[in-house]
Amino acid sequence: MQQMHMKRRNRWLEEYIGRTFAVICGWLIILITVTMIIFLAVKGIQSFTDSGLSLSDMLLSAQWDPDGTPPKYGALIFIVGSMLVSLGALLISAPIALALAIFMNFIAPKWFVSLLKPVLELLVGIPSVVYGWLGVTILVPLLREWFGGSGFSLLAGIIVLSLMILPTITSIAADALANVPMAYMEASYGLGSTRWQAISRVIVPAAKAGIATGVVLGLARAFGEALAVQMVIGNTMKLPSGLDSPTATLTSILTMDMANTINGTPWNNALWTLALILLLISFFFIAVIRLVGPRKER
Amino acid sequence: MWSKKVKLGLAALLMTGVLAGCGQTENNNAGGNEGTAKKEETYSGTIALAGSTALQPLAEEAANAFMEKYPDVSITVQGGGSGTGVNQVAAGAVQIGNSDVPAAEKLDDKSKASELVDHKVAGIAFAIVVNDDVKVDNLTTKQIQDIFSGKIKNWKEVGGPDEAIHVINRPASSGTRATFEKTIMKDVKINDSIGTVQDSNGAVEQAISSTPGAVSYVAMSYLIGEKKNLKTVKIDGAEPTVENIRTEKYPFWSYEYMITKGEAKEEVRAFIDFVKSEEFAPTVKKMGYIPMTELE
Repeated sequence: MQQMHMKRRNRWLEEYIGRTFAVICGWLIILITVTMIIFLAVKGIQSFTDSGLSLSDMLLSAQWDPDGTPPKYGALIFIVGSMLVSLGALLISAPIALALAIFMNFIAPKWFVSLLKPVLELLVGIPSVVYGWLGVTILVPLLREWFGGSGFSLLAGIIVLSLMILPTITSIAADALANVPMAYMEASYGLGSTRWQAISRVIVPAAKAGIATGVVLGLARAFGEALAVQMVIGNTMKLPSGLDSPTATLTSILTMDMANTINGTPWNNALWTLALILLLISFFFIAVIRLVGPRKER
Repeated sequence: MWSKKVKLGLAALLMTGVLAGCGQTENNNAGGNEGTAKKEETYSGTIALAGSTALQPLAEEAANAFMEKYPDVSITVQGGGSGTGVNQVAAGAVQIGNSDVPAAEKLDDKSKASELVDHKVAGIAFAIVVNDDVKVDNLTTKQIQDIFSGKIKNWKEVGGPDEAIHVINRPASSGTRATFEKTIMKDVKINDSIGTVQDSNGAVEQAISSTPGAVSYVAMSYLIGEKKNLKTVKIDGAEPTVENIRTEKYPFWSYEYMITKGEAKEEVRAFIDFVKSEEFAPTVKKMGYIPMTELE
């Protein structure tokens, strides 16, 4: 009896401690995130409040010359660069990812899927510096041979990024497809459709929301990726004139200049504003995910 | 609270000594004689350094040698860039901020700069480096200016092969680039819309060695030992040697700074003196920097 009582008491205690711990952790995450957002917002608007830069100059001018006289802080090159490189990567990897997801779910033999899945997971786990390094040593010289120029280019950034976001989109799209009830497929077959018709007209449309989530997540990852892109894109201060032309992105200018500027200077403030712009863009992506994402109840 | 007061008191105490020893040469003597005159002197405490990646290798080497000499002192060295160095020391987070430029050149707020003390600890030479397929051994300052401002686009215009020039720059905030602009480009503006930008000495090195027709500028400390596919170019006929720097034939070099807030504490000052000392000079030289003892 005594022992039973002790046991019950212990379990209750464990339950209580566990619950408290979980709640604290939850609040901590919220607190950290909110603090970071506030901090970034405060730092980011200092360009306009303290340093007297104008928002329209920042967003619409392609003149980035922070150590010139007078200094200029136009971020258009980076915003355009970031958009082109991530949209380009999406253009390459979204169709491939969808095809892979379909292949994994409906076409490939079981043993092949059990090989493909871990490979994709591995691809996610490779650090971005490794992608960048491979890009610099293999891809850039190849592009130089094919297209001339230096090889450091928008295209190099797009290719490296598309490889990086491919597994993200693939695994989310594959999950979305797997969640479509088998009955849909069977009904489609029952109506006399071929496998291709069933997949393209029934399964994929039914999993549309999940696939879109994968695509937006891939886009968000591409937008925020810094290191690998910075290593291959050339970081030249100009709007790209073509796929073989080098350019710069929001993240690459941040990683290059952050450590060498001093707190409180207009230059440093302008970099914080770039970081804030990045944050706002990822907010936008998250909002899009919530809008297109699969609803809980069907 | 009390620790602040103690620090203040200590700083005031030190002030007298340091003010007297302000001159560069006197400081050096003190450093050089440390081992003999003040043999019994020992130091203790912790020193944190952060900043310039150009100075980091030397600072680490010096820290190891200093800790061997004075086992009670513990020194940590971090990189982060010259901006980080000035920031951290101004905020009091580290005792020494490493920088490629004097603190005043980085800080806009001049009132803050007056608190910071620059110590020149070594010289560093930079070199114009090209991919070794470029058969050019010498460039004039004017030619270099024309290349980096985009006027000259082909190596044949400066006596090289018929090959497009690929300019590699450092980002605008880089200390190496600041030195390049100050000593070579002078009033000519670097054209940032040509070529590419790499964000570290190492990345520049890699990009030059793998890109035909590439040209950039690299700190000599990164050119120690065998380097593949890289070639150092003379500037106006002068090679980057200490002799040429001392006789002002070779323009492309600068000081490296260790920056302290207010006057340095005893062990911090001893460490800075050690870096500049006769005793440590051979190591400084071996690592591709120029010892202060040879610059005066």
